[in-house]
Amino acid sequence: MPATVDVPEKLHAAYDSKIEGNVIFTQVDAAMNWMRKNSLWPMPMGLACCAIELMGTGASRYDIARFGAEVMRFSPRQSDVMIVAGTVTYKMALAVKRIWDQMPEPKWCIAMGACASSGGMYRSYAVLQGIDHLIPVDVYVSGCPPRPEALLDGLVRLQKKIEGEPSGRKQFVAE
Amino acid sequence: MSAVASSISSLQSRFGSAILETIEFRGEHTVIVSGEKAHDILASLRDDEGFDYLLDICSIDNAGSVPRWEMVYELYSLGNGNHQHLRVKFCLAEGVKVDSVTDLWPAANWLEREVYDMMGIEFEGLADHRRILMWEGYPWFPLRKDFPLAGRSSEMPDVAFTESAPLEGGPFVTSPTSQSTQHREPRSREME
Repeated sequence: MPATVDVPEKLHAAYDSKIEGNVIFTQVDAAMNWMRKNSLWPMPMGLACCAIELMGTGASRYDIARFGAEVMRFSPRQSDVMIVAGTVTYKMALAVKRIWDQMPEPKWCIAMGACASSGGMYRSYAVLQGIDHLIPVDVYVSGCPPRPEALLDGLVRLQKKIEGEPSGRKQFVAE
Repeated sequence: MSAVASSISSLQSRFGSAILETIEFRGEHTVIVSGEKAHDILASLRDDEGFDYLLDICSIDNAGSVPRWEMVYELYSLGNGNHQHLRVKFCLAEGVKVDSVTDLWPAANWLEREVYDMMGIEFEGLADHRRILMWEGYPWFPLRKDFPLAGRSSEMPDVAFTESAPLEGGPFVTSPTSQSTQHREPRSREME
């Protein structure tokens, strides 16, 4: 007769890390935030010189890919964070707003450089004095242009901000 | 005599009194001509004197003096290693249309559109007579002396809007004195 194993009616929630691998218990908020912050796909709204520094940040030396943001999706439908890099003229302002509206929630905005944060050195008839007149900005990065390290610091600050968001509660708890 | 100077003197023999003044400063030559003959003079410079490259067209607003506008044409002679630079200027009064030089140099298209957009000077014979930097329907001409640096509010729904920029007393215009900074850099004189 073949050997039989005694299989009990109810199995305990037996967890052996050598067999089943690593399992972590956490909150839904924390899990969602961890996933979101570590894969922020940027929508590069590169309008002027800051875009060159944004390209430098995406290149191999300063590597924004280390932070999960190498997928510079130029499609707003597939991106999470809009990095407004450069001077926003009034002529371009409504186009930026249209692209922002096309981005699905959850979305964030980084205003990179002096011009995107506050109009920069251009106090004139043609320059929008800061993209925050049109869209809600989460992180302002100062500099003209900001060094790639400064942009990465801004990205890390955005990640810290995302850590604290009540994402799970927003999704699953009725208001 | 340099090549430009000889071009200018042959121009003077051809057009006589239409050449109002010639200026030479540190090797830079400027010819001030009369507005009516300007197009013919520019055509002659291109065809007879070899100024085949139009560098720039710009305009000056002498607000307060008559005539108000000045047109400035920067010409350059490329061929045969000439590298000669000449500036042609003429004055025009308010409301006078300038003969477009797009038939002579096609590059003048955008340059004249920019002059129209920023100053409001209109061109006779410019095929594409629209604004180039600001948008269609923007109500003012921003580089005129009576337009404030900070701009004015305007609204064109779905196209663009503008607001007046906060200047905080700037731009700080310097004047050469040896007195204190308050005298050297007075706060801006805004024109409203």
